[in-house]
Amino acid sequence: MERISKETLLEKIKNEFDDKVIEVLDDGSYPLVLLKKEAIHSFCLYLKDKLNFIYLNDIFGTDRFTSEERFEVVYHLLSLRHRLRLFVKVRIEENDTELPTVTDIWKSANWNEREVYDMFGITFKGHPDLRRIFMPEDFEYYPLRKEFPLLGIPGSLELPNTTPEHD
Amino acid sequence: MFKEKGPDVTFSQPVEEADGLKTQEMIINMGPQHPSTHGVLRVELTLDGEIVTRAVPHIGYLHRCFEKHCEAMNEYPKVIPYVDRMDYVAAMNNEHGFAIAMEQLMEIELNDRVEHIRVIMAELQRIASHLLAVGTFGLDIGAFTPFLYCFSEREKILDIFEKASGARLLYNYIWIGGLMNDVPDDFKTDVSSFVKTFRPKIKELNDLLSNNKIFLVRTANVGVLPEKVAINYGISGPSLRGSGVKWDLRRDDPYSIYDRFEFDVVVGKGEVGTLGDCWDRYIVRVREMEESLKIIEQALESMPDEGDVHESIPKKIRPPAGEIYSRTETPRGELGYYVISDKSTSPYRVKARAPSFVNLSVLPAISVGAMIADMVAIIGSIDIVLGEVDR
Repeated sequence: MERISKETLLEKIKNEFDDKVIEVLDDGSYPLVLLKKEAIHSFCLYLKDKLNFIYLNDIFGTDRFTSEERFEVVYHLLSLRHRLRLFVKVRIEENDTELPTVTDIWKSANWNEREVYDMFGITFKGHPDLRRIFMPEDFEYYPLRKEFPLLGIPGSLELPNTTPEHD
Repeated sequence: MFKEKGPDVTFSQPVEEADGLKTQEMIINMGPQHPSTHGVLRVELTLDGEIVTRAVPHIGYLHRCFEKHCEAMNEYPKVIPYVDRMDYVAAMNNEHGFAIAMEQLMEIELNDRVEHIRVIMAELQRIASHLLAVGTFGLDIGAFTPFLYCFSEREKILDIFEKASGARLLYNYIWIGGLMNDVPDDFKTDVSSFVKTFRPKIKELNDLLSNNKIFLVRTANVGVLPEKVAINYGISGPSLRGSGVKWDLRRDDPYSIYDRFEFDVVVGKGEVGTLGDCWDRYIVRVREMEESLKIIEQALESMPDEGDVHESIPKKIRPPAGEIYSRTETPRGELGYYVISDKSTSPYRVKARAPSFVNLSVLPAISVGAMIADMVAIIGSIDIVLGEVDR
């Protein structure tokens, strides 16, 4: 298989997912595709099977703090053969924070999706083990949302007593 | 205290064996306070006798939400001490990555002297970090002497850092657009004398540890990570190269001035066992130290004597609105920073793609079927730093 260029890659994506791609940004160092939420799973499957993006580098969320399409989830893909990076971005509403999982495509999505869930409360449908990864399991808040205060919410984390009882 | 809800684990019913003995699966916790987890990591092990049938890592004991702190900083340079504390045994590489991200966002050009000092520092730090990884890996397995040899060499590198930055572990030396201060006058002689004395020490390390019979028995054919699994799990750095994948960002996607230097990308070959076993991951680190020495020698030769290290540092760091991703090859793998700027003096969002975090996620896949004593070798060979896993 020949190495493909960035331009060919973006053209192929535009041809295949014409109605699903909202925008393609290619002004920075790496191309970024803004995608409709419902197409993310089939898009990822297409990238892996047809365009050799066998390496999922990262998944992370962002809180845009807007009333519409509040959260963003960015998928960072890498093709070792073509030496290309691709960022795929989906935007979701605050009251419908569910996305399909991509753990069936790349295993590395497992922990990364758990981190997004832990920090932003975005759930991934079909994830095999969607538990909190950093925070305790009974923690009620999502720390990286913009409304969460930097110093935390008093009482939300149970801490051990500082003075020993027998003192 | 909190009860952590684990995955559904149930003790299997005692099984009636042929000779009348009853056996039962057992669950033990390795960590959070365990000397060979290199930090606070808890691995929940399900054991069938001495064989591991399931391993579930539990992380988050060191979590301090680095990304939230970054958003609260009122100036970008204040983020740099925080990135130091992510991978605290390779702080110079972390700073380098963040500085590159900001310089790309603000389109700052650096002079050659700054770039050369940065590369020399980054490679020295890589050697120091690999020495620590290799030394403690031997220590975990029971070889105490090589650990002391490694640490005495690492000490010399820390001395060089101390002379330049004043700190031995967390430097805050590489700044956005330049360096904290210029290197001392005897920097070149210090580094070249280190390079000269360190080369024979690698051979010594190979004689002591790499080809040691006991070490070979403990690491060959243990924790085999096949190439396909490694790529599927997103492994990077020496752990990926140990599985035979020739992928190094310094060569394949060069940043800074790495494209000017000649060096080889070391990959595992399965010389003593299966490709991708613990020994392969270990030997990649040892051989990478030699490659780093090559880079340092070339950089020392071409380093210009003139040049102000402060000349490109902006007075006020207020990048244009936008998003940037920059990646560097740290001793543990690909460290990426995704910075979103909203045109203010503090970042809107910083996401760090930490190599240790991703590398650790492969642990359940490669430890099934291993003996319980080999868990120590497997964790040591992935070379995680918990400060970076938990961020």
